[in-house]
Amino acid sequence: MALRLWARSAANALKLSGTGGARAAAAPAFSISRFFSTVHDGLKYTQSHEWVKTGDGVATVGITDHAQDHLGEVVFVELPEPGTTVSAGASFGNVESVKATSDVNSPISGEVVEVNSKLSETPGLINTSPYEDGWMIKVKPSSPGEADALLDAAKYTKHCQEEDAH
Amino acid sequence: MASAGLAGVSGAACPLMRLVTMSSVPILQQLHLEERLLRCTPDNWCIINDSTAPATIVMGVSGRVSELVEIQPVLRDQVPVVRRFSGGGTVIVDQGTVFVTFICNKNAVTGLQPFPRDIMSWSGQLYGKVFDRFGEFHLRENDYAFSHRKFGGNAQSITKNRWVHHTSFLWDYDVKNMDYLKIPKRAPEYRLARNHTDFLCRMKEYIPSRSVFTDGVIAALGEHFSVQPMDLQAILSSHEEFVPSTKLVSQQDLEEIVSSKESFRV
Repeated sequence: MALRLWARSAANALKLSGTGGARAAAAPAFSISRFFSTVHDGLKYTQSHEWVKTGDGVATVGITDHAQDHLGEVVFVELPEPGTTVSAGASFGNVESVKATSDVNSPISGEVVEVNSKLSETPGLINTSPYEDGWMIKVKPSSPGEADALLDAAKYTKHCQEEDAH
Repeated sequence: MASAGLAGVSGAACPLMRLVTMSSVPILQQLHLEERLLRCTPDNWCIINDSTAPATIVMGVSGRVSELVEIQPVLRDQVPVVRRFSGGGTVIVDQGTVFVTFICNKNAVTGLQPFPRDIMSWSGQLYGKVFDRFGEFHLRENDYAFSHRKFGGNAQSITKNRWVHHTSFLWDYDVKNMDYLKIPKRAPEYRLARNHTDFLCRMKEYIPSRSVFTDGVIAALGEHFSVQPMDLQAILSSHEEFVPSTKLVSQQDLEEIVSSKESFRV
């Protein structure tokens, strides 16, 4: 199982390096790469592979590069309506890929104030730009500081390495 | 987390897998049961439904009716159309279909990550043990096939800590029923633009009986799990407050699609 996952990751890396220009442009200078998935400093992460960016009273949420790589091509995204209450650790929507729907869980609690409407027409943004154009929801946090308990980039990277090592 | 079952050959405890076997249960009822067991229980489940009635069209969660279904004949012949909770494509199921569903905790299989391709690979290995002696079995993209002909279609739903992998197996099929389905825009590469008849095959042409197949599945499961048969009636009466997302597409919705001639998700 580990060998197959490594081989798939290697194939993805080779494919990504072929289009590296576009991908490098999407990644900020402060990103660090481990294995074949990109992890950004400055974000917080969950063990279920979501990220959250906090600031100015609104938090932005999406799924990680590791998640989109393992999910495959995203063909459909289901998101909540603005005004919906989300709870930390609970599902707020789902993505469809490779014949599967996969729940996406909110890293924090609060109220959805905006959803990424581009994902209805272009769900593949989650694959091509998971941390930028592929953001999913924006949340007004109900518990400021809740994100502090989540994983930082280094701990999330270690978590992914441990999962992929099986 | 599911409780551990009996010790396996190595002495290590095998996870418990609760087995539900049924026959001719309507697919809508089966899917409601699966959603309930996925969302409301902590256990591992295998559900086998041998045959179903009435013949029903089942779409994936994001399917667009107008792109996947020949609506006029469906309305004329009053064929039910269901939108299920899992991803994937559109099938028409009937008395020739055998369903096998696995519902598992994410830790039920050691080292298996809860992602679609990982789960599909694991299932392909399990079913290889069932089918290898009957034909040239392959997991082709996301389908089970003998050689290049599909006999099993898969779909999944993955939550934070659990997943469902369910399969509709073509023990037999009525070629006339395929006329209710359009050839999908998104098709596996190995299909090579073949029509339904050239793309599909019937399991009954490879395997002696349905029970040989289902017994083989249970035996293969027994290598990974401690399999415990369960009483269906006891399960049907539990968690009745849960509202499943799998829904029947109403006749009114189908008629509106025809009258509007627009493609929209119902």
